Amino acid sequence: MADGPVAEVLLRQLEAADGGLDSADLAAKLGVDHQAVVGAVKSLQALGEIIEAELRSTKRWELTAEGEEMAREGSHEARVFRSIPQEGLAQSELMQLPSGKVGFSKAMSNKWIRVDKSAADGPRVFRVVDSVEDEVQRRLQLVQGGQAEKLAEKERSELRKRKLLTEVTLKTYWVSKGSAFSTSISKQETDLSPEMISSGSWRDRPFKPYNFLAHGVLPDSGHLHPLLKVRTQFRQIFLEMGFTEMPTDNFIESSFWNFDALFQPQQHPARDQHDTFFLRDPAEALQLPMDYVHRVKRTHSQGGYGSQGYKYAWKLEEARKNLLRTHTTSASARALYRLAQKKPFTPAKYFSIDRVFRNETLDATHLAEFHQIEGVVADHGLTLGHLMGILREFFTKLGITQLRFKPAYNPYTEPSMEVFSYHQGLKKWVEVGNSGLFRPEMLLPMGLPENVSVIAWGLSLERPTMIKYGINNIRELVGHKVNLQMVYDGPLCRLDAEPGPPQTQGAA
Amino acid sequence: MPTVSVKRDLLFKALGRTYTDEEFDELCFEFGLELDETTSEKEIISKEQGNEKAEGASDVVLYKIDIPANRYDLLCLEGLVRGLQVFKERIKAPMYKRVMPNGEIQKLIITEETAKIRPYAVAAVLRNIKFTKDRYDSFIELQEKLHQNICRKRALVAIGTHDLDTLSGPFTYTAKRPSDIKFKPLNKTKEYTACELMNIYKTDNHLKHYLHIIENKPLYPVIYDSNGVILSMPPIVNGNHSKITVNTKNVFIECTGTDFTKAKIVLDVIVTMFSEYCENQFMVEAAEVVFPNGKSYTFPELAYRKEIVRADLINKKVGIRETPENIAKLLTRMCLKSEVIGDGNQIEIEIPPTRADIIHACDIVEDAAIAYGYNNIQMTLPKTYTIANQFPLNKLTELLRHDMAAAGFTEVLTFVLCSQEDIADKLGLDISATEAVHISNPKTAEFQVARTTLLPGLLKTIAANRKMPLPLKLFEISDIVVKDSSRDVGARNYRHLCAVYYNKNPGFEIIHGLLDRIMQLLNVPPGEKGGYVIKASEGPAFFPGRCAEIFARGQSIGKLGVLHPDVITKFELTMPCSSLEINIEPFL
Repeated sequence: MADGPVAEVLLRQLEAADGGLDSADLAAKLGVDHQAVVGAVKSLQALGEIIEAELRSTKRWELTAEGEEMAREGSHEARVFRSIPQEGLAQSELMQLPSGKVGFSKAMSNKWIRVDKSAADGPRVFRVVDSVEDEVQRRLQLVQGGQAEKLAEKERSELRKRKLLTEVTLKTYWVSKGSAFSTSISKQETDLSPEMISSGSWRDRPFKPYNFLAHGVLPDSGHLHPLLKVRTQFRQIFLEMGFTEMPTDNFIESSFWNFDALFQPQQHPARDQHDTFFLRDPAEALQLPMDYVHRVKRTHSQGGYGSQGYKYAWKLEEARKNLLRTHTTSASARALYRLAQKKPFTPAKYFSIDRVFRNETLDATHLAEFHQIEGVVADHGLTLGHLMGILREFFTKLGITQLRFKPAYNPYTEPSMEVFSYHQGLKKWVEVGNSGLFRPEMLLPMGLPENVSVIAWGLSLERPTMIKYGINNIRELVGHKVNLQMVYDGPLCRLDAEPGPPQTQGAA
Repeated sequence: MPTVSVKRDLLFKALGRTYTDEEFDELCFEFGLELDETTSEKEIISKEQGNEKAEGASDVVLYKIDIPANRYDLLCLEGLVRGLQVFKERIKAPMYKRVMPNGEIQKLIITEETAKIRPYAVAAVLRNIKFTKDRYDSFIELQEKLHQNICRKRALVAIGTHDLDTLSGPFTYTAKRPSDIKFKPLNKTKEYTACELMNIYKTDNHLKHYLHIIENKPLYPVIYDSNGVILSMPPIVNGNHSKITVNTKNVFIECTGTDFTKAKIVLDVIVTMFSEYCENQFMVEAAEVVFPNGKSYTFPELAYRKEIVRADLINKKVGIRETPENIAKLLTRMCLKSEVIGDGNQIEIEIPPTRADIIHACDIVEDAAIAYGYNNIQMTLPKTYTIANQFPLNKLTELLRHDMAAAGFTEVLTFVLCSQEDIADKLGLDISATEAVHISNPKTAEFQVARTTLLPGLLKTIAANRKMPLPLKLFEISDIVVKDSSRDVGARNYRHLCAVYYNKNPGFEIIHGLLDRIMQLLNVPPGEKGGYVIKASEGPAFFPGRCAEIFARGQSIGKLGVLHPDVITKFELTMPCSSLEINIEPFL
């Protein structure tokens, strides 16, 4: 290192010094250029707390180049005086001397010499006094020796006027020991390099400390959507519980599968234009399982399977009307119908998570489309207690343990119950799902055995997600208006982990 | 779910005790109701119209209670109190009886003209009823609740209640040309023809919702008394002549409709609720209705039906072990008078006319469970043993999503519903070329069609995020919908994968590289046979010469390319963009 020797000397001097030392003094002491010392100070500073350096500025007088020469050789006037022999010197000859011109006029005004203009071979210069005191040289030598203050102000200014002296501002450092003072120094490495590893030099090198308060550089990465991360977790929970995923990749459904098969009467308000998106094209379902359709028709209009029925004129046209499914229960109905065709009956556990559509009034928590989560268990002798038991296990996996159940009405389940959980934040019971046993009027026309019960429950995917992430407006979660920063910043979805503070949104 | 609002103090008086809000909320929860809100008229007005308007309004405390949609017997204070008092075993459920009048029976004759518009009618009389202001208000409010719910906004059933003493039977229910119907309607001072009324009511905030039921029909339904006085023009409005007041003593009730069953239920509900205030409590005077075929029926039906359910069935469905006697007791608390009969395991249940919701044994099972208390039922896990399977398409989707994110693309979630413009015009296509399914009743253009491509959703997402640092790399794996006559409903979903790259340069090579990566993930090697290739192609959405069709295992699965500047502009974007969209179903 270029600054090595000076820096090392500086540290040794500093170690011996009492309190500290001045960089200019040191430079003078070592006989090196002050800048070399300054460089050493700066490089030591960069190493951390080895030294402390306080910048000081001092003014001082320095000789100019001409002043230096005079201090060495004597003033011009003195040199002129000395060069004149007893017999005098021709003026023209004197003017040839290096100090001639300036020295002549100064020596004249000092009255050290005189000019005889009447000499035969032109003007001739003679000494007036025998010897002179070279006061200028003496003063310059004082300045050179750092004793400028011994000169009177007037004397200094006279020398300055003659451009022999100049006043300079000197920036020096007052250097003292730092908290990590050490005399053995070497420059810290910023980071480990392959060379250091191969040579092993890392063993001997000090490393510059990291600033752990600074932020790291985020990795370039893709991100999964928060709602779909929650969907993944729900799928996982169902799979852990042994539930098979139903096909739900049919957004278009006939009224038959969406309503009639579920024993939902044709005048039910949900079948109103105000609640459901019907299709203009294709307006009607092309095929329906007609045997089954007839059993459904009879159950609605006349009853049967132990039911009074709804006693109204059931219309096939109404059942054919196509729509965007209003719930995934239409897919459950199809799955149960398929199950019923398999003989003998085998117990089944089904689930689905997919989109449903409602022609509803939109607000901060309602969109025209959302995701529904549905679980279904079909087996002999299932009870309401079984439904509650499964719900308890299911919600426990979501991190929801305080549950209670409220009687409710659903057109296609009986008994029905709404599931409430105690929300710690809101300090009240909030509805978290809906459930029940499918009505026999729905199951028996499908061909399921009479002693088979089917328990089912459903909830929306959006609502628990919004609660989990503290999102108040559903549009901040779903659709094209979401802030991608929210997607970028989203944490892992861990439904059973302790709820953290609501996610703060970056660059809003 | 209907909500009824009742005066709290009136409710507590009728219940014979007071509750704290929490206690009452708890009772509701147990019974399957929900105390939705505690408020007052003043509070409601001040919330809706501001404090000034609320000045002077009543600050009597109101309970707003949510009632299950099939419990018409709980839609008024009278029914609510009766249901809760029986539930708490403070009273026994009353027996409702139809009685013949001392004098001549009131007759309603239906003419055949009604057949095409509103063929059914039922009627009954509440004799010697004693109204008070609160009772009268409740009577009117119950009709309104029934109209909004079971009556399907008067489409299925419409109720007319009349001061019988102002009328003279027999009554005729017929249908006439609107211009031939002229009367003074409720709360009007002069007579109008039906045509005029339909015009006037177009601006009536309440009645305008019902006009469509008969508006375009040649004949309107109308009921006359024997003197030609118009009782009502159902389902729109009653006549002013027979208007009931707090002082009315005898009420003639008619319900007309298109659903006979529901008309009978509605009539039963009204008379069972309000015969409480008749001189002979819970006695309802019969009326005779003569149908066009000459057959005559007596109403209200007030039918009690008996069901026999085995106690062990109830125990097995609920998951409890109660004795038949206890179960009978539980059911009796739900207004279903029950007793153990036969071999000691059978329970005979009497279903009263108020409980039209009980149509199957499962409804009885539920009532037993409610009375037992849902939260007292022992939770158990079923022994159902099953092996779980994922739906293969969703399994593939899940795997791909994760690797798309690993490839540096960010997942978005966009709507299935969109405008025609999004999937056609903006992509330079004609809507007929998209094979899109069309919605018949969209409230806004945003819900005209189901998407046939994922691209518009992704571009709209970029448009909403133009402030984000570039490049934007987005993807979505989700379903699109197209018409398909081979499917039962005439349409089907396809699972698509779409990705876009949006930056200062088009980045075709990035999207192309993503395709290579996807094919690598799907284990499809490059190459014509059994592998994948891209071939120069064109499409209106793409910049000429910058579009290729993707073939995998010999099948076209989609396209990739640099989007056409027109497309970019139409989606309100400013930078070049390349995209890729494929159907992933061939890789199952």
